[in-house]
Amino acid sequence: MIDLPSTVKISFRALKVNKMRSLLTMLGIIIGVGAVIAMLAVGTGARQQIAEQIASMGSNLLIVMPGSTTSGGVRMGSGTQPTLSMADSEAIIREATSVAYAAPVLSGIAQIIYGGENWSTGIQGTTPSMLNVRDWNLSEGRPFTMEDVRNATKVCLLGQTVVDNLFGGIDPVGQSIRIKNIPFTVIGILEEKGQSPNGQDQDDTIYVPVTTAQKKLFGTSFPGMIRIIMIKAKGPEYMDQAETQLDELLRQRHHIQPGRDSDFSVRNLTQMMQTAEQSTAVMTLLLGAIASVSLLVGGIGIMNIMLVSVTERTREIGIRMAVGANTWDIRTQFLMEALALSLIGGVLGIAGGMTGAQAISAMAGWPTIVSPMSILLAFCFSALIGVFFGFYPAYKASLLDPIEALRYE
Amino acid sequence: MALIETKQISRIYSMGDVEVKALDNVSFTIDKGEFVAIMGASGSGKSTTMNILGCLDSPTSGKYLLEGMDVSKMGRDELAAIRSKKLGFVFQGFNLLPRTSAIENVELPMLYSGMHARQRKNKALEALNLVGLAGREHHTPSQLSGGQQQRVAIGRALVNNAPIILADEPTGNLDSKTSVEIMELFVKLNAESNITIILVTHEPDIATYSRRLMKFSDGHLISDTTRGMQ
Ligand SMILES: Nc1ncnc2c1ncn2[C@@H]1O[C@H](COP(=O)(O)OP(=O)(O)OP(=O)(O)O)[C@@H](O)[C@H]1O
Ligand SMILES: [Mg+2]
Repeated sequence: MIDLPSTVKISFRALKVNKMRSLLTMLGIIIGVGAVIAMLAVGTGARQQIAEQIASMGSNLLIVMPGSTTSGGVRMGSGTQPTLSMADSEAIIREATSVAYAAPVLSGIAQIIYGGENWSTGIQGTTPSMLNVRDWNLSEGRPFTMEDVRNATKVCLLGQTVVDNLFGGIDPVGQSIRIKNIPFTVIGILEEKGQSPNGQDQDDTIYVPVTTAQKKLFGTSFPGMIRIIMIKAKGPEYMDQAETQLDELLRQRHHIQPGRDSDFSVRNLTQMMQTAEQSTAVMTLLLGAIASVSLLVGGIGIMNIMLVSVTERTREIGIRMAVGANTWDIRTQFLMEALALSLIGGVLGIAGGMTGAQAISAMAGWPTIVSPMSILLAFCFSALIGVFFGFYPAYKASLLDPIEALRYE
Repeated sequence: MALIETKQISRIYSMGDVEVKALDNVSFTIDKGEFVAIMGASGSGKSTTMNILGCLDSPTSGKYLLEGMDVSKMGRDELAAIRSKKLGFVFQGFNLLPRTSAIENVELPMLYSGMHARQRKNKALEALNLVGLAGREHHTPSQLSGGQQQRVAIGRALVNNAPIILADEPTGNLDSKTSVEIMELFVKLNAESNITIILVTHEPDIATYSRRLMKFSDGHLISDTTRGMQ
């Protein structure tokens, strides 16, 4: 039986006889593997980005939004009428045991001025709990306190985008800005968070005490009116329980009869984000699957060339059999050739795919990540292709009749 | 025990309805160290006999004993192992691997008998030396004359120390002067290394190098004569 180094040597020599042909056959695998690597890199990059964005939103998030209200038999659109109040928010903190933090939010768009600069942005009136709900730290200064909320003081926290647009290198903390022409003192800067999963700039925001927003900035149609309540559950395992508790508590507080629609809705933000992440995962898989089709085509190319090669070298096979080569010897020789084609193609394809991924990053600006897993996968897959598509030609070669093979012209 | 013993071997080729009896109930024995020439008209079954003796083909019926082993019922891989250990072939058309050096062609049988690279090389050089091709190791077949190519083939046939060399018209493609050289090489191998040589030829001159002459006609062995010592 033939030894491995000799088999490898014979295979490489055979491939060298038809350099161009071997190269073109490999090209099929190179393109296939390259496409798989590049597509997986795009998908993995997108997934990673979304995962980071989700993490930046804060974990275990629920959001209570106003639902549709019925006034005089006319049902208003969902979320159009404010139905939530400060009292709801306080009741949640008191009574919903699965909730770690709850922060009321009254928000609106307003123009802000500092010196000669102005900027329009979303103002969120809220409580200090907001920073806990969102897992958000300050890069500078101090947060506002419950004392500030009680007294409706005119203090604010600025997002990094607001800082960048209003303050050219000046330390904003301690400065006075005007929101709707009312002077506010900047007491802290929020750490940079980047984009949210739906593409919004989370740093383009200003936090003020909720009471200040109610009294000075946006006004209320009923006392203690807020728009939404942001909630952080005690842990991922509390999410469902928290949802039920919120629903029951608020229905009771809003005196909603059994069988009637709630005038609010509770949404599981974390779940919504995870859905987004899952759909990217599916996308990645789909892209990879489409790319593997070209790998399959490359494999068929190998099979085709190996069949041609077996026919061309029938006489050589006969000679080898006459001098003692058995079924295994012939089979391994041709399998090795197919394997060499697919593995060299695979390695070049991996290099090509990595270059391609970088080019996509550079040109389209998408984040791409070539994971070691995808490289391993591509390598094993090309080996598998070599063995799979090389097997039939090798099998055919090994079963040739020695006499007929020797006589073959 | 005879080295080779055939007991009523037949080889029938069936092509559709037509049956061709290439060999019909042929029995003979060949002892170790014999030099046998086989002659006969074209189509008389000489090559068919050689293929069966060479374990490239199996008889349709009858028994073929090689060193007492019944090889007529063996499978592909068992036959391959026997070819590797016991048999060397020399063909009319040389049948060397193209684009492959003389030494690598000679190494080929050892590749499949599982010899180490170093030993392969030494034995191949020895064999090339024996057939008078020292210094031509790295020539490829296209760089060698017909006689030289046949010498490479003989080197390849004897390199595994096979006790039997089967040569089917080994001088058929060579001029008479080169034929004589090749035949002298066979005689030398037979005399010095006690290798059994069985050789098919159409030329009576070539047949005179052997002591025993078997004649075939129409699939039958019609005469089998051994000359006395000269
Ligand atoms: N593969 C085959 N299929 C069918 N018939 C065959 C086959 N091989 C040989 N034969 C037939 O068997 C008979 C013997 O052929 P063989 O090759 O043994 O003749 P030979 O004596 O070697 O002739 P030559 O001197 O021309 O080489 C011939 O009639 C031939 O047609
Ligand atoms: Mg013949």
